[in-house]
Amino acid sequence: MGDATVANETIRPQEAAHFGALAAEWWDPKGSSAMLHKLNPVRLAFIREAIDLHWAGDIHSVKPLAGKSALDVGCGAGLLCEPLARLGANVTGVDAAAENVAAARAHAEGSGLAIDYRHGELGSLGLGQFDLVTSMEVIEHVADKQAFVSGLAAHLAPGGLMVLSTPNRTLASRALLVGAAEALGAVPKGTHHWEDFVTPEELEELLVAAGLTVGTPKGISWSPTKGLHLSDDLALNYIVTAQRA
Amino acid sequence: MSDKRDLLILGGGLVGMTLAIAAAKKGISSHVVDRADPAELTAEGFDGRASAISTASWNLFRNIDIADALEPFGCPIASIAVTDGMKPGRIDFQPEEHEGTLGRMFPNRRLRLALFEAAQGEDLISYRPKTNVLTRHRGDHGVTAMLADETVLEASLMVGAEGRLSPTREEAGITMAHWDYSHRAMIVGLTHSKPHENVAWEIFYPAGPFALLPLLDDEDGSHRSALVWTVAEKDAAGVLAMPRSMFRAEVAKRMHGVLGEIELQGDISAYPLSFQHTVQITGDRLALVGDAAHGMHPIAGQGLNLGLRDVGALVEVMSEAARLGLDFGDAQMLARYQKWRALDSLMVMGATDGLTRLFGIPGKLPSAIRRLGMGMVQRTPPLKRWFMDEARGVSGEVPELLKG
Ligand SMILES: Cc1cc2nc3c(=O)[nH]c(=O)nc-3n(C[C@H](O)[C@H](O)[C@H](O)COP(=O)(O)OP(=O)(O)OC[C@H]3O[C@@H](n4cnc5c(N)ncnc54)[C@H](O)[C@@H]3O)c2cc1C
Repeated sequence: MGDATVANETIRPQEAAHFGALAAEWWDPKGSSAMLHKLNPVRLAFIREAIDLHWAGDIHSVKPLAGKSALDVGCGAGLLCEPLARLGANVTGVDAAAENVAAARAHAEGSGLAIDYRHGELGSLGLGQFDLVTSMEVIEHVADKQAFVSGLAAHLAPGGLMVLSTPNRTLASRALLVGAAEALGAVPKGTHHWEDFVTPEELEELLVAAGLTVGTPKGISWSPTKGLHLSDDLALNYIVTAQRA
Repeated sequence: MSDKRDLLILGGGLVGMTLAIAAAKKGISSHVVDRADPAELTAEGFDGRASAISTASWNLFRNIDIADALEPFGCPIASIAVTDGMKPGRIDFQPEEHEGTLGRMFPNRRLRLALFEAAQGEDLISYRPKTNVLTRHRGDHGVTAMLADETVLEASLMVGAEGRLSPTREEAGITMAHWDYSHRAMIVGLTHSKPHENVAWEIFYPAGPFALLPLLDDEDGSHRSALVWTVAEKDAAGVLAMPRSMFRAEVAKRMHGVLGEIELQGDISAYPLSFQHTVQITGDRLALVGDAAHGMHPIAGQGLNLGLRDVGALVEVMSEAARLGLDFGDAQMLARYQKWRALDSLMVMGATDGLTRLFGIPGKLPSAIRRLGMGMVQRTPPLKRWFMDEARGVSGEVPELLKG
């Protein structure tokens, strides 16, 4: 266990209240993370199918990750960690912001879930390898993308599964994610910098360079009748699996 | 100490109890709280009503393994005859050979007995009858209800299933559009000399609809049907005060001998009729099912069927939540339930409401319009098709549990 100072960090009462409020804000389906909440079942559906295919599991089981370890990088307040824990995984969540991690801890405690949350840079935490490694909507915020992807690959256990999602760099994503979504207040201003977005081809190159093979990406699209849903249209946002070559 | 379950179902009537059983079949646990005494509810003569169970609802009963126990008590409806006060012009809703029956008639008492028995054998159901709820709370991480004896029940999602006066719905501030028909349904069993040949009659009189629903023959072989006679609120007291022989004569007069000689069987009960609707059937960690979500006129026999479709949709949405690792109170899942149900219940209620309004106005002209209206339904295949599908509950996007 690498970073003991993080795990044992003691939180003063007024800070606890602050993190509780922050967690409530993150977890409010109508609050500033509304978009993430709507996205969650969609990407979970993809992840669930990937899990069932990868480990040839029972598609009806409610604990398909029983006995498996999972690492979510860029975990925020735990919107993905908590479902993974309910699916049976031993979950570790990592986020660069100490505040997010404290909020995530406060929420998991309320949900009665044991999740190991760490804050800091993934590379410096000395974590081991995991059966499932996920990182949703993070790579577009990262400066050295190859170092980031290689870091994720280093934490993937042999026979493990990785799932990444990120916005595509297209005119459609620029108009919608950066323009309209911010104007509508669906995502906080400054959340996205379009130039930093990665195309599916670029992501594949990064993953291959890290010694991984890549599955067929799925798009996450929006329509007035279906809302957000998985599709073959990768223009806005996409999600993809990877495993060791 | 804490026995936190997935669902806290308030109201264990026909819909609430079916929900608990259907959820249990999917591994979802529940507390069920009802203020009534099941022994009273299933006593002979307590609820003389019979319900039409559509093909879709029957599929649900099959899928939750209570169909076998119910089968011997169901009377199949082969066709529905709709007439305007017995004037010429009768619509017969008759399914094609391969489409099966329009539904089956069951005494409510039998439905309750089958549900209670199935619930008793389920570890995932913790049933508390004769219990009053003092306070309800819906929080960030779960819901609780405090009972009269100060026991606190805990769960992830609260379900309001207390019927049309649901206090859970009221407390959540969900208001219903309400239309009072100012009518009362008189319910009584009939025995009759001619067999009903599995025909359900809906006879529309200016004063309100009159329905005869076929039941299985008695042990002694006498033929039976359930009568639902709708009278105006202002006449209800008078009708209820009639001596039985007079009531019988009034009923016979309206039946024109279609079933031969008739006798009344059991007590006469009366239910006020109203139509209630709300688009909002969810709140934070809250879902409404059954009459709590939509009250409607019983003439088209869809109230219970609609409630059972709520059950199918909610259980499907919840099993999906479980498969994705989402909390049972997840707002996105509840939004899906609400969207799924809103359109369906509005369609059924609109049709039922339209039917009675069409038939509820006295006078020559409306009668002519009514005959024309029926002729239209008869002549317009898509509409008729829709009515039939609706009666059988197979239109719209049907929840998995209600598929055959
Ligand atoms: C005259 C008439 C004829 C009908 N015929 C048909 C038909 O042929 N086919 C059909 O499909 N539908 C029919 N319906 C409609 C059908 O009866 C209802 O839609 C159905 O019973 C609804 O079930 P429910 O469980 O939602 O509500 P209910 O059956 O009303 O059950 C509510 C339950 O909640 C409990 N409860 C109430 N308040 C509280 C409280 N505060 N705390 C705890 N528990 C509480 C009650 O004890 C009861 O057990 C008819 C209705 C009427 C009035």
